[in-house]
Amino acid sequence: MSTLAENYPGEIKSILAKYPPDQKRSAVMALIYLAQREGGYVTKQALREIAEICEISTTDVASLVGFYSLYYDQPGGKYRLQVCTDLPCALRGAEQFLENLCENLGIKVGETTADGLLTVEHVMCLAACDKAPMFQVQSGEGLAYYENQTAESALELVGRLRRREAGKDGR
Amino acid sequence: MDAKYLLLRHREIPDINRLEVYRQHGGYQAFHKAVTAMTPAEVTAVVKASGLRGRGGAGFPTGLKWSFIDAHKWPHYVVANADESEPGTFKDREIMEGNPYQFLEGVAIAAYAIQANAAYIYLRGEFWQLAGQLDQRIAELEATGLLGDQLFGTDYSLRMYTHLGAGAYICGEETALLESMEGKLGQPRLRPPFPPSFGLYGKPTVVNNVETLANVPLIVERGADWYRTFGTEKSTGVKIFSLSGCVNKPGNYELPLGATFRELIFEHGGGIPGGREIKAIMPAGASSSLIVANQEALDTPMDYESVPNVGAALGSASVIVIDDSVSVPWLIRKTIHFFKHESCGKCTPCREGTYWMMHLTERIDSGQAGWEDVELLREVASQVRGKCLCALGEFSIEAVLSGIERFQSDFEARVQSKQIEGEPEPQAAG
Repeated sequence: MSTLAENYPGEIKSILAKYPPDQKRSAVMALIYLAQREGGYVTKQALREIAEICEISTTDVASLVGFYSLYYDQPGGKYRLQVCTDLPCALRGAEQFLENLCENLGIKVGETTADGLLTVEHVMCLAACDKAPMFQVQSGEGLAYYENQTAESALELVGRLRRREAGKDGR
Repeated sequence: MDAKYLLLRHREIPDINRLEVYRQHGGYQAFHKAVTAMTPAEVTAVVKASGLRGRGGAGFPTGLKWSFIDAHKWPHYVVANADESEPGTFKDREIMEGNPYQFLEGVAIAAYAIQANAAYIYLRGEFWQLAGQLDQRIAELEATGLLGDQLFGTDYSLRMYTHLGAGAYICGEETALLESMEGKLGQPRLRPPFPPSFGLYGKPTVVNNVETLANVPLIVERGADWYRTFGTEKSTGVKIFSLSGCVNKPGNYELPLGATFRELIFEHGGGIPGGREIKAIMPAGASSSLIVANQEALDTPMDYESVPNVGAALGSASVIVIDDSVSVPWLIRKTIHFFKHESCGKCTPCREGTYWMMHLTERIDSGQAGWEDVELLREVASQVRGKCLCALGEFSIEAVLSGIERFQSDFEARVQSKQIEGEPEPQAAG
């Protein structure tokens, strides 16, 4: 397995450059995102490598992965569909939306579709309360918001993601 | 000055999120003026005189915060708090997307005022795309000579960086935010010392909310007296009210502080959908007490001094409207679930209290509890008060205590539904 240093030398350098030279630890959060880019979660090897770069212990890095909700130590779907059902969203039908979505995908909240493409999760407020129901899609490539959603529009997106992956396989 | 907006100017000026358009409309004149013609103390003084108070929720006077910076310890830092995570709050995101340079200019002026040569913008991890946009804008500002070394031919230099969080409400608390920036768990620090003397990397630091900073360029450019023509005597200026919940036109509304709830909800927000009646208002998001939405409450000015008169705080002015179809036990179950999830685990009363309250609210809401459980919930909530390092614990109980006190009949109805169903008495809790 190749290392972060081999895969992303430029990225690591520019992340470290943001902080004073004696504060390498500040780079840890961005490095964990970098480690998730490929597989969607942080491997044990990446934990050790990040610890080395930041000059902290592997346990320190692992505790951050556990503390912050956008980090994962287990693989999930390639795309994580994260639906907000907090109070303002719930008042605009987000709970029903999540239920419909899961029903249509044939999975429960927290589960991954059989093809490994999607995990549906329920998350805390995403600062888009006026445009509920809404969700974000997290993948190795980053995060994107989808607002004013219906079950139909969400399933359309799922269809697009499926076609996109199928296209990649066909290459 | 006839413009309708001071902050949400992108709604009036198309493409103000392009640097040349922002500059055509006076952008970066304030920063230029500050750096070339004003001392740092003069900049702080004008912000102090403007009466600007922190828009993140605490309402602390901004200029005063800047003046606390420890001049005997260096370097200094400015950190913009863009962790916007309070349920019901979505204003900072609109500023940073729509009118980003006004915010970035505000960060730069704050940095000059405390003589910081580095400023960080701490964005919640979910603002991933926004952080990428800001990175590009910062690079553009450096290329244009509006950030970088020896600005405008002076000795003053400033660099700016974004820093992404990774999903933790608690990092909106300024000392937890600083811990997180240092690569640690986002857990609040024991205070004092406060950030202006012991902040990022132990150095003097000012942490300001995005909306607060977006006000600063206009104040420096046009003066404190001009700014004080907006709002009330003690709550000066304009505020972005994030309106959500049971309302026809949810969204951000920029109004002078002191506008009434009625104006916001009925004039701007188009009232309550489906012919239902307004029941309650949460003026500060999920952290808020529930206000009974009677005539007196609706006519209350939304400013820092008046909202407490009807039993809540203005906070970040994230107004969640609750209509008469909503049951308060369900509502507090939602808010407690949020706080239980977001408690950082450092203080026992918050960590265990929110966990306990979550189980109680679930039982009560699902009709499986007796009145003694409501009493127990009130007791647990009261025990959390005043016993935590930061405000999260305190926030978690506001809706619970005010809900039980002001909407008792909703709880009685839930408890009754248990008696009607004739379920066995729950085991004594604890």
